[in-house]
Amino acid sequence: MSEHDHHHHDHDHSELSETELRVRALESILTEKGYVEAAALDAIVQAYETKIGPHNGARVVAKAWTDPAFKKALLEDASKAVGTLGHVSRVGDHLVAIENTPGRHNMVVCTLCSCYPWEMLGLPPVWYKASPYRSRAVKDPRGVLADFGVSLPKETEIRVWDSTAETRFLVLPMRPAGTEGWSEEQLAELVTRDSMIGTGFPKTPGAPS
Amino acid sequence: MNGVHDMGGMDGFGKVEPEPNEPMFHQEWESRVLAMVRAMGAAGAFNIDASRFYRETLPPQVYLSSSYYRKWLLGLEALLLDKGYISKDDVAAGHAVAPAKSLKHGKFSIPDVERIMVRGKFGRPAPAPAKFKAGDRVRAKNIHPVTHTRLPRYVRGHVGVVERDHGCHVFPDTVANDAGEHPQWLYTVVFDGRELWGPDSDPTIKVSIDAFEPYLEAV
Repeated sequence: MSEHDHHHHDHDHSELSETELRVRALESILTEKGYVEAAALDAIVQAYETKIGPHNGARVVAKAWTDPAFKKALLEDASKAVGTLGHVSRVGDHLVAIENTPGRHNMVVCTLCSCYPWEMLGLPPVWYKASPYRSRAVKDPRGVLADFGVSLPKETEIRVWDSTAETRFLVLPMRPAGTEGWSEEQLAELVTRDSMIGTGFPKTPGAPS
Repeated sequence: MNGVHDMGGMDGFGKVEPEPNEPMFHQEWESRVLAMVRAMGAAGAFNIDASRFYRETLPPQVYLSSSYYRKWLLGLEALLLDKGYISKDDVAAGHAVAPAKSLKHGKFSIPDVERIMVRGKFGRPAPAPAKFKAGDRVRAKNIHPVTHTRLPRYVRGHVGVVERDHGCHVFPDTVANDAGEHPQWLYTVVFDGRELWGPDSDPTIKVSIDAFEPYLEAV
């Protein structure tokens, strides 16, 4: 805790919380010591807000749905395959794509912290980083899926991938029925973030989003 | 370490609660914490495993009751204090009062931002041949390191099957303590749900971890 002996518990929005004060103080210390440029911190935030997000993963999934050669390459070496798509953010060396099939559903978790394919999906949602998901996904994945309103046939194998190293996993969901002849761009609109984590399905054509 | 962060298989945390239309940050300070962690890491103050370890070593009651970015803040402060980049006097004053320490990669500035948006490389040349190959049965060792490790408790002592190898990677258990990268073979190892959770487990579940070779023994 800070050495300050005054605390800010007021609910007045003009008051800064203890956490906010502490963050500001640390930022002052780091910039005054010359470790970081304040403008560079702004630029990092801006980059996260604009450059990464599930749209990157959705483009990859939609391409895999329409281009069998790309799909094959993606499943063999996702980093390399995604690297051939210039418009998608650079993913580093350790991306692994895992394919859902009628017999097997994949789901990704990080029980130890919050490992997540940022370059493909953006920053993880709070639930992904929180204790309920991290504790239960490996023991009761069907129960977790039920929390998302998702149910699978009883005989479907559920494979949970615990991200315990620097490998990162992207689920390739099954292409929705009724999308024959759709373009990559149209298909990408159906790909949800949760369908690429394995806690949801892609949107169904014609269903309200 | 057998910390509260290692929560795979624990009960009692309740339902998963997805938030519709969740914003990227819930409060502005969260984005500043993220940026400071990324910038100080890139400047060479610490590696990703050290930053994880400092969050894991927060007192369990603090870990469980703090929001995600609050944990990041507390871990960052503790790490920077420990490594001498900031001092207690700085923190007490809310300003830099002690002299700065030099950073391995120098000051983090705007041209560095592009670099951190590309994921780091953790693959390394193999110092020795792989001990295991796809299809091998292996047991996750019953080990309990008191420092950073990426072998979750719920698999220790259990038998699984090697599914694929990812080549040699930086070893978190040593690099987190500034004890060197010591690259190790990394494998995806798959466990049957009943092997992990007993005969009452849903028989359709399989769980994999990515395990470094020193975590495994032949069966």
